[in-house]
Amino acid sequence: MAEPRVDPPIAMLAELTHRCPLACPYCSNPLELAAKETELSTGTWARVFREAAELGVLQLHLSGGEPASRRDLEDLVRHARDAGLYTNLITSGIGLTRARLEALVAAGLDHIQLSVQGVRADISDRIGGYRGGFDRKMELASHIADLGIPLTLNAVMHRHNLDDLPATLDLALTLGARRIEVACVQFQGWALRNRAALQPSRDQVDTAKRIVAEARDRHQGRMVIDFVPPDYYADFPKACMGGWGSTGLNVAPDGTALPCHAAQTIPGLAFQNVATSALVDIWYKGPAFMAFRGTDWMPELCQTCDRRDIDFGGCRCQAMAVLGDPTATDPVCRKSPGRATLDALLAAEGEGGAAPDFIYRRPKPPVPA
Amino acid sequence: MTPAAIPVLPRGVRLHRDKVRRAEVLLGPETALMLDQIGAVILNEVDGKRSVGEIAGDLAARFGAPADEVGADVVEFLKGLADKRLVDVTHG
Ligand code: SF4
Ligand code: SF4
Repeated sequence: MAEPRVDPPIAMLAELTHRCPLACPYCSNPLELAAKETELSTGTWARVFREAAELGVLQLHLSGGEPASRRDLEDLVRHARDAGLYTNLITSGIGLTRARLEALVAAGLDHIQLSVQGVRADISDRIGGYRGGFDRKMELASHIADLGIPLTLNAVMHRHNLDDLPATLDLALTLGARRIEVACVQFQGWALRNRAALQPSRDQVDTAKRIVAEARDRHQGRMVIDFVPPDYYADFPKACMGGWGSTGLNVAPDGTALPCHAAQTIPGLAFQNVATSALVDIWYKGPAFMAFRGTDWMPELCQTCDRRDIDFGGCRCQAMAVLGDPTATDPVCRKSPGRATLDALLAAEGEGGAAPDFIYRRPKPPVPA
Repeated sequence: MTPAAIPVLPRGVRLHRDKVRRAEVLLGPETALMLDQIGAVILNEVDGKRSVGEIAGDLAARFGAPADEVGADVVEFLKGLADKRLVDVTHG
């Protein structure tokens, strides 16, 4: 069988650090958080950015954890721009100041994506697990507006804040955001741990879809609304990462190159590190990137389906998380024999009684000597 | 979008010459739009000074094409980008 043609990646997500002042239970970071000592150096990242640009990456997302926890963030932005990358900072805002924003602008930062955990201090600080966080975010947002930095507001929505969607859209307008991402929580990493606490109800989801459709019309040309519906309630899976190893890659704080956020939950995949392997080899020849590229790996059900090249069989990590089999059809799919498992989870969690307490995202306490 | 509207690429949106794909790309927030030749020609005219009508007139003259057809194409293309906040318009 012919090898699938592999295009260069468009986007790279650089998880600069797993350190973060916040402790969001919906965080997609892995349960095993990377320690500061394992983080890549400024120089290694700079080289990786150049390799990425040469490979064809256009968009660089500086993420984490909280990227501002790195004191060299301003230098990293400069290196990214020097490499020719469109540079987007994904931040909670905590750890940034006006002076740091000014330095980031001087370094060439193109765009900021600021997360909000809620529209009021009470809920925002409870979800972020960080008192005073909301007020600091709002202060930072006013500096962002004042400095004219293009802003996207990022709101991860779930059972506890989906009913505030209209107020969330209003907040984005007030802050002068050009875009808002209303991303219903995706169950990976800490979010998966907290699934029962976060799973919205079908009513909440239906209402949110209506509100988004109406708001899109009303704000056309003023604010772009991106909506990521919660896929457990969908009939077909999302095209995760636009297809495995086809449009983008993630690099973890220690340099591990990942086809997606949660790829490390899949047993048996061999990952390479950008510190020791060239990005071009990782992308085109790396075993982890080849594992689910194209259609050969797919079960018969997907191979013969007319949506094969639309959703690529869905998310491998979700098949792993829900069915324990990374090569299975995504259990979100109505045609999947695994759908019953997902529906049982939804019945138990989405419409179930009181939500359990959050398990906050925190690094493992050090093992006592 | 009227012919008098003046289009401009807002901060955070820029044209980029992609050496790997040998194409011009419009880069913006969560956006990497591969431009065809026509799109690239139009966006290279967008300077925040000239109006849609002036740009269309110049392009029509340059390519020897009917001004109203070019005008309609330019408006449609830029309107699509304005809806996505990849182009801003002021009214001069
Ligand atoms: S989701 Fe919350 S905890 Fe996770 S990195 Fe972002 S701000 Fe930090
Ligand atoms: S069967 Fe496979 S390819 Fe078809 S819709 Fe379901 S997940 Fe997608």
